[in-house]
Amino acid sequence: MTTIELTFIDWLIIAIYFAFVISVGFYLKKYTKSENDFFLAGRKNSSWVAGLAFLSANLGALELLGMTGNTFKYGMYVAHFYWVGAIPAMLFLGIYMMPFYYSSRVKSVPGYLKLRFDEKTRVLNGIAFAVMTLLVSGINLYAMALVLHTFLGWQWDVSMWASATTVAVYVTLSGLMSAIFTEIMQFFLIWFGLFLVSVLGIIEIGSLDEVFRRIPPAYGTLWSTSADPSQNGMMVSWAGIALGLGFVLSFGYWTTDFLVVQRAFSAKDLRSARMTPVLASFFKMAVPFIVIVAGLIALVLANDPKSGFALLQDGGQVNYDSALPMLIARYYPSGLIGLGVTALLAGFMAGQAGNISAFNTVWTYDIYQSVINKKASGTHLLWMGRVATIAGILISIVTAYWAKSFPSIMDYMQAIFSWVNAPLFATMLLGMFVRWITPNGAFWGLVVGMFSSVAMFLAVKFNWIDPSIITLSSVSSDMAANFWRAWWAWLICFAVTIIVSLLTVKKPDEELAGLVKGLTPETAGTGTHVYSKPEFYAILSLIVFVILNIYFW
Amino acid sequence: MSHEEKKMKPIWYLVGWMLLINGVLIFASGIYYFFNPSHYRTVLAELHPSIWWGAMMLVVGGIMLIASRKATVD
Repeated sequence: MTTIELTFIDWLIIAIYFAFVISVGFYLKKYTKSENDFFLAGRKNSSWVAGLAFLSANLGALELLGMTGNTFKYGMYVAHFYWVGAIPAMLFLGIYMMPFYYSSRVKSVPGYLKLRFDEKTRVLNGIAFAVMTLLVSGINLYAMALVLHTFLGWQWDVSMWASATTVAVYVTLSGLMSAIFTEIMQFFLIWFGLFLVSVLGIIEIGSLDEVFRRIPPAYGTLWSTSADPSQNGMMVSWAGIALGLGFVLSFGYWTTDFLVVQRAFSAKDLRSARMTPVLASFFKMAVPFIVIVAGLIALVLANDPKSGFALLQDGGQVNYDSALPMLIARYYPSGLIGLGVTALLAGFMAGQAGNISAFNTVWTYDIYQSVINKKASGTHLLWMGRVATIAGILISIVTAYWAKSFPSIMDYMQAIFSWVNAPLFATMLLGMFVRWITPNGAFWGLVVGMFSSVAMFLAVKFNWIDPSIITLSSVSSDMAANFWRAWWAWLICFAVTIIVSLLTVKKPDEELAGLVKGLTPETAGTGTHVYSKPEFYAILSLIVFVILNIYFW
Repeated sequence: MSHEEKKMKPIWYLVGWMLLINGVLIFASGIYYFFNPSHYRTVLAELHPSIWWGAMMLVVGGIMLIASRKATVD
């Protein structure tokens, strides 16, 4: 039995979406003439286009379902992922890091590592990123098929192959440009397709205040129960949130993960590139009005026997991810159901397109051109980008089938990010702001950082050590363990990078011009109006961020 | 075909079309079910969300389409 029944009008809306994104791929192909067009969308995007794509590349359907379900489970604490776990890092990227990335004209994050450090650091990060991206892409594909099978009764094979083929067609045709276009369509589809759930839920319950009145008090707070991990559902202290999520995981993801940073690289000039994450930060702060509010509404309804609302059960276990689909089934009539399902599909497919477009760039420049064919022409690299797209999709499909036979892989998704991104953030931070950090320091810091993160994960997983050694608390959740592991991996990478740098030879200053603070011209425009400066909007964003945290304290 | 016609349309133009088409379909389905109520009634069906939400998508899509109809990406 399926949860959501589709009618003709719903199928029509879904079919129009598929036709639309494939048409966009064909339409944009005639504007995709060079490698620059394919890998960097011609570097002609405004900050609005790049900013919405920057946000949307992260706003996958899996996240929407998972975070709504997590809100049902943990309450308002999940908002930390959208506020402290994103906003400071996005603003830091726009104000402090983007000048080094954009001014150096690199085409990828590993490309920056090559200029700042050396080839081996670039290849190490390129390979780690490529493996992580394809793994995540495949797991997302599996997750999409699982969701569509559970809620719509769709065939696994049809779901996976139809969406993967569609993504392959439009990304192969026009690369990052089509990925960005579909990400922005996804942004609008998600808001129009899912925000109505929150609106109707609030109408049914009475008001947003009433929603908060009817949930347990600890579920409606952000920080006030964070002094003692046993007092909040996430079983994490304020230190774990601030250091693990707010600092390492957040900065590691938003400032170094090429999937999102690539969108800022596509901006037409440095100001637009700096404005990209700053603009995105405002929309990021608004996402909880879909996922958090919907999760709290589901919680209120589930606790009210008269509502007739309940989450799905899988083998006696509550399926928290069913919160959003169950609310869609509750409120949406025909037509709107099609829109809601299309929003989820768009989220999955745009997420996959984002992963694949980031993968084909890193593969082509940082592995293929760097190691295999150093003399490749621009035309050849464009061809290789298209081949890499198809190969990446096929590997994702194989990974998806592997995940289907090994479903617990889903539990490792968050851990995978902490293996690669957390140490990389230490390398980037030191590389951009400390001129005496050496190539060997960066390389060995990254190696030891990534190794330590994987080792900590395995040690806890197989009970070689007590988790409290990592989390510094006798009670903790998997999420808390992720936060703390990321922090230690960052610290280890940071320390090893400094120690090895003190013992090895640094690059001459003239080779670091434009790449390191102190050797790069300041970007704060002189003579431009204050309202046109990224710093002005970053301060506004920070004010909104502080107000939200205080209001929901 | 002139040089201007060959330039790329901005994303807002395509998003405008998508919202307009979806808005028309959802609005029309809302009108249809207003006069022919479905045997399966959703919660708050009496508010006819398809009609006003579809109309809002239609208006937003229309505005985006009109505002970007002559724009091109340089």
